[in-house]
Amino acid sequence: MSDAIWAGTVAVTGHGDAELEAYLARPLGDAPRGGVVVIHHMPGYDPGTKEFVRTFAAHGYAAIAPNLYSREGAGVSPDDQAAAARAKGGVPDEQLVGDVAGAAAHLSSLDHANGRIGVIGHCSGGRQAFLAACELDIDAAVDCYGAFVVKDPPEEYPTMAGSIVAKAPNLSCPLLGLFGEEDRFPAPDEVAELDAELTRLGKEHEFHTYPEAGHAFFAVERPAFRPAAAKDGWEKIFAFYGRHLNA
Amino acid sequence: MCTYQTVKVELDGAAKGANGWFTLTDGAVYVDHPYHACHEHTVNIDFTNPGDGPSARVAVELTEESALALVEAIRQALAAAPPGLASASGRRAGAA
Repeated sequence: MSDAIWAGTVAVTGHGDAELEAYLARPLGDAPRGGVVVIHHMPGYDPGTKEFVRTFAAHGYAAIAPNLYSREGAGVSPDDQAAAARAKGGVPDEQLVGDVAGAAAHLSSLDHANGRIGVIGHCSGGRQAFLAACELDIDAAVDCYGAFVVKDPPEEYPTMAGSIVAKAPNLSCPLLGLFGEEDRFPAPDEVAELDAELTRLGKEHEFHTYPEAGHAFFAVERPAFRPAAAKDGWEKIFAFYGRHLNA
Repeated sequence: MCTYQTVKVELDGAAKGANGWFTLTDGAVYVDHPYHACHEHTVNIDFTNPGDGPSARVAVELTEESALALVEAIRQALAAAPPGLASASGRRAGAA
């Protein structure tokens, strides 16, 4: 089997027909493959996110991360785009859903696509992965420590990101949730509440909470990186996608 | 955690960014993940001019201790100067 991949920037059509920059990585082989939309975290379209995309390609998937802050201008560095988007209040939920749909459509249009689509997001992207899986027809979703899914942010947080648990009845696919026991957003009680609600609704889901890990434990370039949790988390992700994205 | 919290402020002054000096109109302060600093969370300060585009930005990521020390240093510097010396409306009436 060939392990060669192609990776680079492509254009996709997002919400409101906006042209978005996106980072695509795919195997060079001709085996049928599922697609994964990677939703970047709040600091933006950064090298860590692109590394996630390449990791999925190295494991046989076509993966794409749309730059959710593309509307802040072409040729602007991703950190400046992130700051500009933040100053405007962040990405509206409706726009996020449209952008993920556009990225998924791009994956489905590629040669050797098997028609199955997964989403994954970290931090704010974890909440958005859940949102996308409730609003779109997705085959497998992974929420890595997304907060404000069940609970609203504290009142002093002027954010558009509010509870979306009311959308849970529309969850279109199995959900894998990976969390840190020491995280405060989401804290273990919020994770437990989401777990209970999905169980009540009969929605297939699998949650893992890692001890001695807090928020962002997958981020290798950050002090929060926890190798044991991240290693096991990646294994859980590939086992989950292996079950649901391989036709 | 992502706090999502952003405190915005209007600013009058100038800053030097990647493309040279520009006129400041806005600022934003938020405690959240840094982009570059090697800490899990920092106090992030953006000095910007949205009218000149997102690249008109000077970004600073500070620890909580550093940010508070900076606030105190600004207060000390202002207290040591004649009142109104750096005011946008010029020196206070009666000042030499």
